[in-house]
Amino acid sequence: MPRVRIIPVLLLNKGGLYKTVQFKKPQYIGDPINAVRIFNEKETDELLLLDYTASKEKRGIDFKKIEEIAGEAFMPMAYGGGIKSFEDAKKVFDAGFEKIVLNSILFSKPQLIKEITTVYGAQAVIGSMDVKKNLFGKYKVFSFSGTKNSGYDPVDWAKNLEETGVGEIMMNNIDRDGTWAGYDVSLIEKISHAVSVPLIACGGAGNVAHLKNAVTAGASAVAAGSMFVFQKKGMGVLISFPSEGIKI
Amino acid sequence: MIAIINYGLGNLTSILNIHKRLGIDAVITNDFKTIENAQKLILPGVGHFKKGMQNLQESGLQPLLEQEVLQKQKPVLGICLGAQLITKHSEEAAVNGLGWVDAHTVAFDTSKLNGLKVPHMGWADINVLHENELLHNIPAQPRFYHVHAYHFLFDANEEVIATTEYGYRFASAFQKNNIYGTQFHPEKSHKYGMRLLENFSKL
Repeated sequence: MPRVRIIPVLLLNKGGLYKTVQFKKPQYIGDPINAVRIFNEKETDELLLLDYTASKEKRGIDFKKIEEIAGEAFMPMAYGGGIKSFEDAKKVFDAGFEKIVLNSILFSKPQLIKEITTVYGAQAVIGSMDVKKNLFGKYKVFSFSGTKNSGYDPVDWAKNLEETGVGEIMMNNIDRDGTWAGYDVSLIEKISHAVSVPLIACGGAGNVAHLKNAVTAGASAVAAGSMFVFQKKGMGVLISFPSEGIKI
Repeated sequence: MIAIINYGLGNLTSILNIHKRLGIDAVITNDFKTIENAQKLILPGVGHFKKGMQNLQESGLQPLLEQEVLQKQKPVLGICLGAQLITKHSEEAAVNGLGWVDAHTVAFDTSKLNGLKVPHMGWADINVLHENELLHNIPAQPRFYHVHAYHFLFDANEEVIATTEYGYRFASAFQKNNIYGTQFHPEKSHKYGMRLLENFSKL
């Protein structure tokens, strides 16, 4: 069996690392360079670095910072946050990342995917979507750090992203973010069956059993924040990763 | 000094970064003089086969590389697309490759994948087939990071030095005299990747 990728998600904000709960209440974790060094030592599968408010706050990309971070990472690294053009993407790749994550921009400029994939290949682009239930209990895709309801159903949007040419889809469940309550398994199942590109599940992981549940439901890779940066729920910061990965 | 060939494709910075970490002298370059003066070459690359060959031709790098690799017999390491370009041809495009080894680049046979998704993306244990300078001091089944939708298919197996299983076994590393190639990414594969690049630097 192929190994399943387990991906720590690091949230970057003005040069520091933070962790949120349901996309709110950011708690300071520490210096990103230190965290990446620890993940290196632990031989982490892959890392995802997201400047999660870059689009919402209309900040540009902190190229100097992310280049410094990538210089410390000897594992696959993806960056997302504030990428609005081919030139932005090119600079991120040149900084030493192999993948970029696009999210909010895809609602206004979906053709950006093709512009990037024709040069860098589909495997270099992750189409990310943040999902939460609306007031009527229906799943909807939200953009700009969960502040703007796009009106799209996540399954439809995932199919749309696949058609537009992304190499992977990441689905982040806002309601479960930072809760340690487990992934939204039924939604993972629906989306992974609707698309043929790999699905990265994110949002809610609290233990290894949760990761396994997501894989059983059809996720090709599992991402998590809290469980890799905190000791336990409600406890202090502790960067950790099971050595040499987990065979699922 | 190792010249990391810049032909406009691929993640060159990661390859440079890991050499810096290892204390190995390397530069990213498309300068003919620098390439001629280098002791070894790395041909990196991520992207489309056709675009890769086009860039090598338009930049005039192809004849230079042929001179350095085939005539001067400089060690060269192709990585991912860079290694696929060393084969004769790819199913990804109707153009010829460099043709330095007796192999073709073919798409994954999805009928044999049992539902596994393409591109193959992630860590996989490779099987080292026989003792080789490039894979020296690396255990028999080390894990390496793979990202690809196409793989090498060799006419004969003597040049294959490692295989990977994804649905079925395919050749994932090769050597023919001074010409080496890996489908996986040593620059993103932690300690075994570092060892592989160190081995290459010592050839």
